[in-house]
Amino acid sequence: MGSQTIVRDSDAELIALLRDGDEAAFARLIDAYSAPLLRLALAFVQSPSIAEEVVQETWMAVVTGIGRFEGRSSVKTWLFKILTNIAKTRAQRERRTIPFSDFDVDNSDELAVEAARFLPASHPQWPHHWATPPQPWSMGPEGTALDRETMAVVRRALEDLPRAQQVVVALRDVHGWPAADVCAALDLSEANQRVLLHRGRSRVRAVLEGYFSEADPGERHRV
Amino acid sequence: MTNDITNDLACQELVEIITDYLEGTLSERDRRRFDAHLMTCPGCREYVEEMRTTLRLTGRLTTDSISSEARDELLRAFRRMKASSTSL
Repeated sequence: MGSQTIVRDSDAELIALLRDGDEAAFARLIDAYSAPLLRLALAFVQSPSIAEEVVQETWMAVVTGIGRFEGRSSVKTWLFKILTNIAKTRAQRERRTIPFSDFDVDNSDELAVEAARFLPASHPQWPHHWATPPQPWSMGPEGTALDRETMAVVRRALEDLPRAQQVVVALRDVHGWPAADVCAALDLSEANQRVLLHRGRSRVRAVLEGYFSEADPGERHRV
Repeated sequence: MTNDITNDLACQELVEIITDYLEGTLSERDRRRFDAHLMTCPGCREYVEEMRTTLRLTGRLTTDSISSEARDELLRAFRRMKASSTSL
């Protein structure tokens, strides 16, 4: 809720406050956006420390540029643009980093669930239906000691995703950005955004399936 | 006829269109095939449930923001900017 409403609903107001030097308004803006902008920066640069520098530079550009902001785009779009410009420049300087647009979205051989889990096409009655259907997950009650361990598994599953999927899943599912914002920030088509989201979510589910299907919760630390 | 609709969708297809389903971007026809399939397939109901659990757990992750030093520095820069623009 927070980050979107602050900016979307009151762009003109926000700009007026910032131009007036309202420090609280600026603080709210950086608090709402710094975490997702860090994630966004990681679409372009390799290391978290460089991503931090990119975000810091972005905010400095906002401080010095607010007087020139013409309000033709939303504040959010303006922020994305500043960040991606700075991040791309940094990425070029670092050389070993990969621009986001180079990620191959169209390579379609990635399956949500491995083919061996389904009956073959030749099956007389149930082609492509489950051969090994998913089993209910043995989750303990939430808020127990296992909870922290579970969240560590979720975090690692996210961080282990290929970078493009990771950024999209994080912005959508961790930061709660709407699809349109992710598309705008990463210059992705809606279809490609959905492909990355789908692959990323499917991978995370598969990791959690492995984790939760351990019969004995005490055994889970091995996963 | 009704059977056609129910058996129309294979589980292997469902797991590939689940994101479109959850995003609300499936066509009306495919959404109905999806729902009809779920009525008859416990495995896919479980799969959808697991995907929802996955989204719920991902949504509970906390994230790093910028350091408090970096934040303070930005607020100082903002104040300096204000000071210099009012002194003009």
